[in-house]
Parts: sequence; structure tokens; C-alpha cells
Amino acid sequence: MRIVVPLKQVPDLVEELELNDDGNDVDREFLKFVLSEWDDQALEEALLIKEAVGGEVIAVGFGDPDVELSLYTAIAKGADKAVNLTGLGEGWINSHTRAATLAQWVSGQSVDLVLAGVQAVDDLDGQLPALIGPMLGWPHIGVVISVEGKDDTIQVSQEFGGGKSARLEVKLPAVVGVQAARAPARYASITRIRQAQQAGGIEEVSTSPAGNGAGIEVRRLFAPEKAGHAEMLTGSPEDVADRILDLIRSKGLLK
Amino acid sequence: MANDILVLADHIGGQLSDATAELVGKAKELAGATGGQAVVALLGAPALAEQIGGADTVLTVDHPALAAYNPEAWEKALLGVVTERQPRLVLIANSTIGMDLGAGLSAAWDAPLVAYTVGLNADGGDMVATAQVYGGKLLAEVAISGDKGICTVVAGSFPAAGAGAGSPAVEALAPPAGLDDLKTSFLTMVEPEGGDVDITAADLLVSVGRGIGSQDNMDDVQELADALGAPLSASRPITDSGWLPKTRQVGKSGLKVKPKVYLTFGISGAPEHLEGMRDAELIIACNTDAAAPIFDVAHYGTTLDLFDLVPALTEKI
Repeated sequence: MRIVVPLKQVPDLVEELELNDDGNDVDREFLKFVLSEWDDQALEEALLIKEAVGGEVIAVGFGDPDVELSLYTAIAKGADKAVNLTGLGEGWINSHTRAATLAQWVSGQSVDLVLAGVQAVDDLDGQLPALIGPMLGWPHIGVVISVEGKDDTIQVSQEFGGGKSARLEVKLPAVVGVQAARAPARYASITRIRQAQQAGGIEEVSTSPAGNGAGIEVRRLFAPEKAGHAEMLTGSPEDVADRILDLIRSKGLLK
Repeated sequence: MANDILVLADHIGGQLSDATAELVGKAKELAGATGGQAVVALLGAPALAEQIGGADTVLTVDHPALAAYNPEAWEKALLGVVTERQPRLVLIANSTIGMDLGAGLSAAWDAPLVAYTVGLNADGGDMVATAQVYGGKLLAEVAISGDKGICTVVAGSFPAAGAGAGSPAVEALAPPAGLDDLKTSFLTMVEPEGGDVDITAADLLVSVGRGIGSQDNMDDVQELADALGAPLSASRPITDSGWLPKTRQVGKSGLKVKPKVYLTFGISGAPEHLEGMRDAELIIACNTDAAAPIFDVAHYGTTLDLFDLVPALTEKI
């Protein structure tokens, strides 16, 4: 089974997000970019499938900041190949453009399955896997928590609220949006990542943005108006512990 | 027709979600501004039509392939409805169904989409949506110009429509071609495993998130929960890591809880988590990031390190 896993870099939300001068995007100059957490889950699920039934896992980047590290990390974890689609430009790259560009590249390859993170923190114009499906004319299923199968058919579990899930069967080729892999995402040791970096071998593919764009206009970004804010408890851990226990007692829950 | 606001009825297992009534309420308001109708597309389960109040028209499409949710079948059917009716705007819940069909319809119908919508207004000829971005740390004001568009809407963003006066007209549409020849088939629905503690029944919950760092540290929090006589619950990263069973997960894809006290450690408060716990009577949050969104819904908070605070609490009980 030949599996493509798109890897997207997003701003690290641990950091403070500042706005650019126009107020319609985050200021990217000093931001740290990390692999989208759902893409890490998709990669893990792809590697689990490969371990179970064999096949090839191809990690594909979009030329995002620091994507090389994520691609080499994917190789260190067991991906067979890494491709970087460059030429999409800088700043916020909408999902429609990413999806169309990826679909164009995928249709020139022999691919059975696209396993993508089900969402990302900046996919304002829609989730990548559900956009790619119709663009390729392939069936697509999102919010998936397990993918199993071989040859030309897979079975997936699609998650709903309240812990329910549905089992579905799909004939390949198909696109799956991964919510969580069956197992926690593996780690790659620094040594393995360094080895991958030294070996090199990311295939650079120069592209230009495909498709018609997102068709929306982001007028401005702004911080949500706070309906309220917690009253902050300060002091030593012992002081704060006393206050918290008093609060719990005030609800009649602790003697 | 071209001024209509169309809502996709969100249902699974024969039950309409609360989101559907919220979308119908908004559709009715927007249709007033565009001079169109509030129309609901109900795929499969035609019997649910009588539960949809407040809309002008309910369009039903029925076929065996639509009975249970099948993304491929539903997308074909929804595309058929919008191609025939050409609504100005399509509203879809940001549920599992919406995660498939919002973007899927956007690509298939070639219409722009605003995902994670929490606010929506007609502004002259444009529709202007407000949407969550960057884990709810920011909001985006987004204009959809042109003659069609789609919004996937976060649960709880709009008040639910009342039953309204009179019931909507129900119109059955013929299913589109191709539903007998699908690549996707629905096999079965799997209900959550029982047997574990029911966290929705607890008055006090101790809840842990990513900030706990490693599985070894779970012991400290478990010890505190035991001392308090409270079950341990968690945000998604903890259950995905297998440190607690799925039955303990609070949030959009887990369980909605409403305890008297919800005490959190190392939970930052992503929108998906807040959706499951914001109605707790008293929320006390511990997180070292003073800017964490959890503090916007918590009543009391502290930025103390949980590894200092948790032992201090256990000690004092």
C-alpha cells in the first residue's frame, strides 16, 4: 500500500500570537513553527499500517517554515521517502490551495491512500483531507481513530461525540482524515533525526499554487472579548491549596 | 432559491443533534435579511422531519445508503440538493458530519467555506462570519462575497430555534444517481464501553491535561483525586496517550460534564475541551501559562506549578 502523509507546519500555540501591521494575519517573523499535531497522528497511523501489511509511506511537506525538520523526523520514524512541495509562497497558505496543489502532485503518482491530519489550528477555509477527496474524485472520511486493511480495501473507525464510533469500509484509493492514531505517536531519537539529516534526500518539487484559492476574505484577526476571567489565586502552594479546599467545601463537597 | 439559507440536519442513530435547531434559528434570521427561506436538508431518516421546527421548508432525500451516516452517500445527496436549489448559504454543524461535508461540499460545489464559525451576519451583499482560529486564541472576521458559501458552525454559537408557528412544508426530493454504486459502505455503530466510572454523574471532578508531562506524573494526581473522593477525568491528549480510558475524556469528542466543582491541572482550554465542561458550577484551573484560554472560563485560577500544588493539596486533605 502506498500511503501519502501531508505534513503541515503551524505556529506553536505555546507562544504569544501577535498580529501583523494589517491586522489580518499573525506576525510570523519571530514565530516558532511546529508540525501540526494531527499530522503527527496521521503519520503514526500510516507507519502502523506499513508495519502491519507492508507498503510505503511518503511524507509530503508544503515548503512551510522548518518543515525540513518534520520531514527528516518522519524519515527517522520510518517513512520511506520525503517530498517537499515548494513555491506556495509565504504567510498564511489557505487549505484550498494546499489541497489543490497536493491533489495535482498525487494524481501524477501511484498512490493508494492519503492519510492527513483531520484538522489544523489555522484551517479557516476548511479541513485538508475533506477538500482533497473531491479534488481527486476519491471517497474521504474524517475524524478517524483507526485504519486497518490491505490491498484495495480499508476499514476505518470514525468517531462521534459521546464516545460513539462507526465502522466503515472503503475501497481504495481514498483519503482519510486522522483524529488520533491507534497508538501514541512514537518518538524519534535526536541521533536518528541527525542521521536522516546527514543522509539528506528530501525530494524538492517546485510547484505553483493550484486551484482557485479559498474565495474568502480575512478582514481582520482579533483576540476574543473575554466574557470574564478567573480570579487568580496567588501565594505559596500551601496558601493556594487552602483557598482551593475552602472553595470545594463551599459547594458542600468536602468535610 | 438563490436567497435561501440551507441547513443540513445533523443526525446520527435516529437522533437530531441540538446543533440543528441552533442552525435553523440562525438560518431564519439570515433569510429575513436576504429575502429568502430557511430550508433544511434532511438526508435519510425522513421521520425526523416532524421534529424540525422553525424552518420554512424541509427537503427530505431518502435512500437506503443514506439511512446511517455514510460520508460519500451524504456528500452526493447534499451536492444534489444545493445544485438544484442554489442557496445563498449552507450551514452545517462543526460535528463529525460537518468535518467531512463542510470542506467536502466546498470542493465539490466550488463554494467558499468558513470553518469553526461562531458568529454570522448579513452585511449588504456579503455574508460576514466570525470564526475561531489558532485553538480559539484568536477570532477571524471573514467575508464571503459571491452568490454561494458554506459555514461550519461550532456548537452553542447560536440560540436554538423555537418550534415556531405551524410546521414547515415537507418536500421529498429524488435521490441523486450513484447511491447504489458507492466506494464507501457503513458497517456498524459501536457504542462506548461501559463498566468504568461515569464521570457525568460526579459532583467533583479532578481533570488532567497535557501539562502533566508524562505518565509517571499521573500517580500524584490520582492520589489527590482519591483523597478528594473524586474520579479523574482528562482532556484528549491524555486519553489518546492511553494514560486514562476513553470513558474519562471530557470535550467535544468525549463526554459533556456539569459537576459542582471541576478542578483542572495542566489543561490549556482548547475550544474542543471547553465545549464539554464550561457549564460546570465552579471551575478551578491550574496552568503555568497565564494566557491559557482555560482562565477565561474558570472562576478561580492559579499559575502555580501543578507539581508544587498537587502534593500541597493532598497533604492538607
